[in-house]
Amino acid sequence: MQYEAPETTKAAVSLLAKAKGSAYVLAGGSDLLVRMKGGFIEPDLIVDIKRIKAMREVKKTASGFSIGAAVPCAELGENKALVKAWPGVVEAANLIGSKQVQGRCTISGNLCNAGPAADSVPAMVAAGAKAVIQGPKGKRTVPVEAIPVGPGKNSLKKGELVEAIVLPARKPKSGDAYLRFIPRTEMDIAVVSCGVNLTIDGKGVVTAARVALGAVAPTVLLVEAAAKAIIGSKLDDAALDKLGAAASAACRPIDDKRGTIEFRTKVAAVLAKRAAQIAYTRAGGK
Amino acid sequence: MVTLTENTLANPKERVTPTVVHNPGLAKEAFKSVGTRPLRPDGLDKVTGRAKYGADFNAPGQLVGKILRSPHAHAKIKKIDTSKAEKLAGVKAIITAADLPDLTNGDKGMYDILDNCMARGKVFYDGHAVAAVAAIDAATAKAALKLIKVDYEILPHVTDVDEAMKAKAPVLFADCFTEGVEPKPKKASNIAKQTEFGHGDVEAGFAEADVIVERSFKTEQTHQGYIEPHACVASVSPDGTGELWVCTQGHFVYRNHCAMLLGMDVAKLRVTSSEIGGGFGGKTHVWGEPIALALSRKANKPVKLVMTRDEVFRASGPTSASSVDVKIGVKKDGTITAASAELRFASGPYISMWAELGAMTSFACYDLKNVRTRGYEVLVNRPKSAAYRAPSAPIAAFAVESVVDEIASKIGMDPVEFRIKNAAKQGTKSSYGPVYGPIGIGATLEAAKNHPHMSAPLGPNQGRGMACGFWFNFGGQTCTDLNVGPDGSVTLTVGTVDVGGSRASLGLCVAEELGIPYNQVKCLVADTGTLGHNDMTDGSRGTFSSSMAGIFAARNAITVLRERAAKMWEIPVDDVVWEDGHAKATGSGHGNLAPLSLKEIAAAAANTGGPVAGHAEIVADGAGVSFATHIADVEVDPETGRSKIVRYTVIQDAGKAVHPTYVEGQYQGGAAQGIGWALNEEYIYGKDGRLQNAGFLDYRIPVCSDLPMIDTQILEIPNPNHPYGVRGVGETSIVPPLATIANAMSNAFGVRMTHVPMSPPRVLKALEAAAKA
Repeated sequence: MQYEAPETTKAAVSLLAKAKGSAYVLAGGSDLLVRMKGGFIEPDLIVDIKRIKAMREVKKTASGFSIGAAVPCAELGENKALVKAWPGVVEAANLIGSKQVQGRCTISGNLCNAGPAADSVPAMVAAGAKAVIQGPKGKRTVPVEAIPVGPGKNSLKKGELVEAIVLPARKPKSGDAYLRFIPRTEMDIAVVSCGVNLTIDGKGVVTAARVALGAVAPTVLLVEAAAKAIIGSKLDDAALDKLGAAASAACRPIDDKRGTIEFRTKVAAVLAKRAAQIAYTRAGGK
Repeated sequence: MVTLTENTLANPKERVTPTVVHNPGLAKEAFKSVGTRPLRPDGLDKVTGRAKYGADFNAPGQLVGKILRSPHAHAKIKKIDTSKAEKLAGVKAIITAADLPDLTNGDKGMYDILDNCMARGKVFYDGHAVAAVAAIDAATAKAALKLIKVDYEILPHVTDVDEAMKAKAPVLFADCFTEGVEPKPKKASNIAKQTEFGHGDVEAGFAEADVIVERSFKTEQTHQGYIEPHACVASVSPDGTGELWVCTQGHFVYRNHCAMLLGMDVAKLRVTSSEIGGGFGGKTHVWGEPIALALSRKANKPVKLVMTRDEVFRASGPTSASSVDVKIGVKKDGTITAASAELRFASGPYISMWAELGAMTSFACYDLKNVRTRGYEVLVNRPKSAAYRAPSAPIAAFAVESVVDEIASKIGMDPVEFRIKNAAKQGTKSSYGPVYGPIGIGATLEAAKNHPHMSAPLGPNQGRGMACGFWFNFGGQTCTDLNVGPDGSVTLTVGTVDVGGSRASLGLCVAEELGIPYNQVKCLVADTGTLGHNDMTDGSRGTFSSSMAGIFAARNAITVLRERAAKMWEIPVDDVVWEDGHAKATGSGHGNLAPLSLKEIAAAAANTGGPVAGHAEIVADGAGVSFATHIADVEVDPETGRSKIVRYTVIQDAGKAVHPTYVEGQYQGGAAQGIGWALNEEYIYGKDGRLQNAGFLDYRIPVCSDLPMIDTQILEIPNPNHPYGVRGVGETSIVPPLATIANAMSNAFGVRMTHVPMSPPRVLKALEAAAKA
């Protein structure tokens, strides 16, 4: 096994592009090292991106926030401007694993790992986040939902890696929220999860919304019908019921050790309603 | 070669005869050291990381051992080809069952242990060991495992206990004819054994009843979940002697079992126990240790074998999954007229006594005229079921205490009052046979009734439940040395592994008996070469039995100390008494002899007869049964079925709490494990018979933030069989939680929960069923 820790993105791309055999990007390692220890993978090349300075920064720009691929989730929670603008994304990132894990893990890693139950992904999808990809053919930017293509599989091509996650600039009177269901209080994996992001007008009417569900399909789902259910409403009971129904209708889960189809489908509605209410309050709705 | 009987758990029948009969005249009731809360002697090393656990032992030149395990639930091993693996550089030994010839000489219990350690012709569960490798490092050992080719013929399997009892179920053993049935069945089945307990006429009792409640329950398989995986270093020398450093609850029993399976003399295998990161019954059985010894013998090097967490789940010994029917009949005034239970316990592939213990404990809390319980040990394609803290009693209590609550409610009686009315007392003939001495069930119930928890207000979506629990406790063989050093400090050497602070408790008892300060005593756990046989730390016997032996050893040392003082004073020994840590001259004619301290006598020992010591070898009989009552408040999210324990109280009889902090720790620990079992822990098998959740991510034990602070109340109803009144306290605390939480949930939303764990999907289903009805 070859271990490399390049100091530039260019060098990282070059290493990945030239790799023979299996190559993996190492950020926090909270997934990769566990899989290696469990004997599930035996990498030939590991490219550690933590020494690439640009990837260690959270930048606030006119067009929003850029979160470097090697920024650990705990740092997101310490960035006041980010917490204020995107509380749902940050709370999702700070639910992953334990405090210790949060000191290592990254939202880029969470995204590229392509787990259907990844905590930060529904929040990022709801937020309309984009992934900045660097590769042998240069840079491209895609919506985050385009990265995972199935459990454990992502759409990155050979030599490519995610350099940063970009969250858009915040419109006034907007709010987001993320909720997940776990049987315990922490250190668990979502049985079902939901991220909601919305904007309201001066009267409290929802003018824009995005609803994403986790752990109910092979990849995180962006549910347009659920968003439509609340756009134009003041999030009254009827709108919430429609939202719940749309969320349940979108579920395509499996029965497994973590939950049943029936349970996931029902609880998706409950979480969607509760997350929407939190997002609405954060947007300034009453 | 010695012949051994397996004694790997609390033997409630106590077939052995006590060797030293406790003299009630010497019983103590007022204490100076006992009942105080000094720091434990192992505490500092544990919190600073200096303590040596199983995987912390290393030997010069040691190899790494790894085990190849079956991916199939049930299969014939047609062929094992190790030739490629043997050629891999760095591989020093490979063993299969062929390297562990059967030396058990017709001892079925030992044969089953051998078969479980390394499959002999057939694999019976996902994770069953089929071969093992010793290599120079872990990577080489892992690579070698991949080169071993096992040719399996897959057989139909059965993992569910009820399915395994059906006529068409695949039968694990063609020679399994149910024991305990007359005449012997003609057809082989998976029902290995049937047992029955009780007295009176149950049918007549039910005929007298005004109200009868009958219900069926199911519990899923759970693991003890100890944080430290099984680990050992084995070293067998060409001269036939061996050493084993191991994490265990009983190194003497491990020695005996390993020696027999390896064909060694017991005296030639020296076993040293490490500190233990949890056992709860799971470390009362040998698993990889005989394999490590066999690898070491073949490689002629020490071999270290450490299980991964995946191996711990798949291939150590979880508790049984079960299916239980309970029927209770009552008069309108609350008198129970009859009670019966049928318990079907999954035993793994080997015969056990888990259903039997369930059948014995089911109704042990109550004074019943007519009672009958029947247990079935059922063989399934799961790992061998092992002891788990008061084995089987939590399962039986879940079913029985649920029905007790329901029937009390049906006749409009308060659940505590109903239990008080029917509680067993001194003189009650227990449902499993013996007549009780002084016991604490009534006292724990009265304490529960008066506890502020019982009358505290409940919030929305909350319910309160209570339940009782019983455990036998055990005494067993115990051998202890007490040595007085030249400076008067005292070493107490015991053979019971310290799993919960027993070194502190034993030090306190010996300090008490000698009349010296606690910090003058150091308690050690000795290796098997140093003391005579000790049974393992199970059946809540560690403190009970070793304190009894320690106190007897102290008394023997006092006899020596009096003799030495008499010599120093040149007076008759009969004129010397031992009081407050000093020899004192009594009677007339000795003038004003100043008392001699233990230190002074020790300092003079070289001139008065040599070192001062006391020994005791006993069968610590009369462990004294144990009872507890628990109260819980549970909050349920009606939309998701998620539950939260908001308040929890444990009330238990300790006999005498030697070190109250560690007694409370046992109460809290048992309750915490019970809460995990009640809510989320379960083995999940796929249709292929493979375990789906062999890790702590998906086998959900509670994390700290899942639990409230667990309140405890210690009651002390002295055990008349122990010099200080001590009863075992380690296990009973896990017995009531399943039922306590089920009763609380039932009170929260009016639905009786009959399937443990009461996980959110099950609770949500029950809530919806209730809403429809």
